Amino acid sequence: MNNKIGLIIKREYTTRVRNRSFILSTILLPLFFFGFIIATTYFSIKSIDKQHIAVRDESGEFKNSLKNDEEITFDFNNNINADNFAGEGYAAFLHIPADFASGKDSVKLISSKQLGIGTEEKVRNVIDDAIRDHTLLEHHIDKKLLDSINNVKPDELYHFSSVIRQGKKTEHSNAGLSYGIGFGSGMLIYITLFIYGAAVMRGVMEEKTNRIAEVIISSVRPFQLMLGKIIGIAAVGITQLLIWFAFIMILLGVASFLLSPETLQHTQSLQTAMSNQGNAETAIQFLSTKETFLSANWALILPCLLFYFLGGYLFYAALFAAVGSVVNEDPQEAQALMLPITMPIILSFIIMVSTAQNPDSKMAVWGSIIPFSSPIVMMARIPGGGVPAWQLALSIILLIGGFILTTYIAGKIYRTGILLYGKKVTLKEMSKWLFRRS
Amino acid sequence: MRLLQLENLKKYYASHKAVDDISFIIEEGNIYGLLGPNGAGKTTLLRMITGIIYPDEGRILFKEKEFDPLNDIFRIGYMPEERGLYKKMKVGEQALYLSMLKGLSRKEAQKRIRYWFEKFEMQSWWNKKVDDLSKGMSQKLQFVITVLHEPELLILDEPFSGLDPVNANLIKDEIFNLSKAGTTIIFSTHRMEQVEEICNKIILVNRGKKILDGDLNQIKNDFKEHIFRIGFKDTPPVFESEAFKVLNSTDHVVSVHINEGYQPSQVLRQYLDHDGAIHSFNELLPTLNEIFIRQVNEVETTPSFSDSI
Repeated sequence: MNNKIGLIIKREYTTRVRNRSFILSTILLPLFFFGFIIATTYFSIKSIDKQHIAVRDESGEFKNSLKNDEEITFDFNNNINADNFAGEGYAAFLHIPADFASGKDSVKLISSKQLGIGTEEKVRNVIDDAIRDHTLLEHHIDKKLLDSINNVKPDELYHFSSVIRQGKKTEHSNAGLSYGIGFGSGMLIYITLFIYGAAVMRGVMEEKTNRIAEVIISSVRPFQLMLGKIIGIAAVGITQLLIWFAFIMILLGVASFLLSPETLQHTQSLQTAMSNQGNAETAIQFLSTKETFLSANWALILPCLLFYFLGGYLFYAALFAAVGSVVNEDPQEAQALMLPITMPIILSFIIMVSTAQNPDSKMAVWGSIIPFSSPIVMMARIPGGGVPAWQLALSIILLIGGFILTTYIAGKIYRTGILLYGKKVTLKEMSKWLFRRS
Repeated sequence: MRLLQLENLKKYYASHKAVDDISFIIEEGNIYGLLGPNGAGKTTLLRMITGIIYPDEGRILFKEKEFDPLNDIFRIGYMPEERGLYKKMKVGEQALYLSMLKGLSRKEAQKRIRYWFEKFEMQSWWNKKVDDLSKGMSQKLQFVITVLHEPELLILDEPFSGLDPVNANLIKDEIFNLSKAGTTIIFSTHRMEQVEEICNKIILVNRGKKILDGDLNQIKNDFKEHIFRIGFKDTPPVFESEAFKVLNSTDHVVSVHINEGYQPSQVLRQYLDHDGAIHSFNELLPTLNEIFIRQVNEVETTPSFSDSI
């Protein structure tokens, strides 16, 4: 009997892993992911265009104090007015009235279209700084002194370090890293829940619409067929995760080999000759990033990631299988019935986003304990290290109990639904099946 | 020996009674025809016999022991009316997978698949996907898959639907071969001519109830109406007689109903006495179709209930 489940698992696994779409998605998804990150970074840098702003300064006080930077240039050109600035190629026209300080008249920034929120704020900051400097000079502050104050950098004044202390253990706190890993893991589980959940549902639908289900369940129990499919696809998911993990490790390995200390020294020795400082700096930066990356508590994070990935998948996969068993060829029917399953997943994602920023809020704590959302939410809390053992234990126990329950419920719906052809099933009917004896 | 015994089997669904108190016995080595109009409960009945669903009430004995679906289904082969195979899976792998689910070892399964594929000239299909097979080809494949594990009880639901006459004959011959080798066969259909050709026993169900079962020839005899067909060389003579009533008369053939208390030989003699040039004389047994329609209509006149599946 058990070797039948084994046969089903094997079939589900091998047909999927050999499938072209598995190979493609395994390679393409990480590429897509990296591509996405690179593209967003690129565009966020690229989109900062240099903006020219024409200024009419009636007060005469700003002539030398509005400072240009990489993003904004101020032009004092008396030929430009509020009507012709756009035609002359200026992004905006800044009008400073003579008695701007009296409160009667205001400084006006006129543009032909909405400026970026950053630009507007930048312009204000420049004006603020100019007025502050102006006021200080009016009060007889030495010009040299003022310049030296303006040039102070915080890092030169003091050093800052933040550590986490739990009992005797101290470690460097790295809120950014925890956030990144937490968000990344939550996201990963969220995406894979959908991918593999949908795979289960499609697989069940295929068996039902192909009418092979009836052939198979004259050899095995419907529950075995359902379980075999769920476990087989879980194995596919784990395979894919491991491949991705290996992929990351190889990338790290290759990168750190290329940027080994010797290479670094080598680069540094070349540095003067080639005056190629940029590369060496990048290399040092990379090494320290790698070190911080490895400093995260992977011994806890990885097992938890694996558990919550599997637990979350098992919790939802059976429900997806139940939906697949009751729908017929109509994909819209599937969409409608999927809604009660996808809603909590999407909600968990929303909770996860806020949890990643604030891992100890009430919503985060409960979200990480209740099995509907715990697979996604808990992963956003764990990298921060502040999860009490009892919460983790409770969350794990509830999730295990949760997927046993959903599998039991789904099994009852599945065994009736899979044999029912050409009939639309309502939620009410499905709930009736739960209490029916075989 | 009784291979299968059904006792007061019931399966009720919310809207109707799919199987309502059906009992019958399947004797080893026979070919049974399970007959009934659409929605009569045939599929539900077969699903209970194959352990796919459990009856609400009643019990099933398999080989004179309580039916144990988990183990006994290895001895049953079932080809459902709604046939199906994995479309993207290769023919050989699929046959291997399904027969291993029926408990065969990989080696044994491979051996038998090779035997059947050769027999049905399907060797070249091994690496084809089911998607690439024609409907008739996949029907043949489905039949092979159903009999691979050499079931003692073979259940075929509408096995000939969608098959061309050549392939239908191929399957029919195979059914006879299996029967000769000792396989008991239940053959579910609403095509009467196929049943008359293949089966020696029938079970007739309608609206969840069994209305008739027994030996095919016996049933035909039970339902005979003493109608004889007389063929003439020339125009048949016309005369009145107490012994029979003419039902129907054409150029050379007369159908007569022989009245109670008279023998066919008496009718024959009367025609000879009237100088009838008799060419042929035989009894008209009712076709299964006529019996079926008559029986179904009889039930139909009783108060009706929901007709849905």
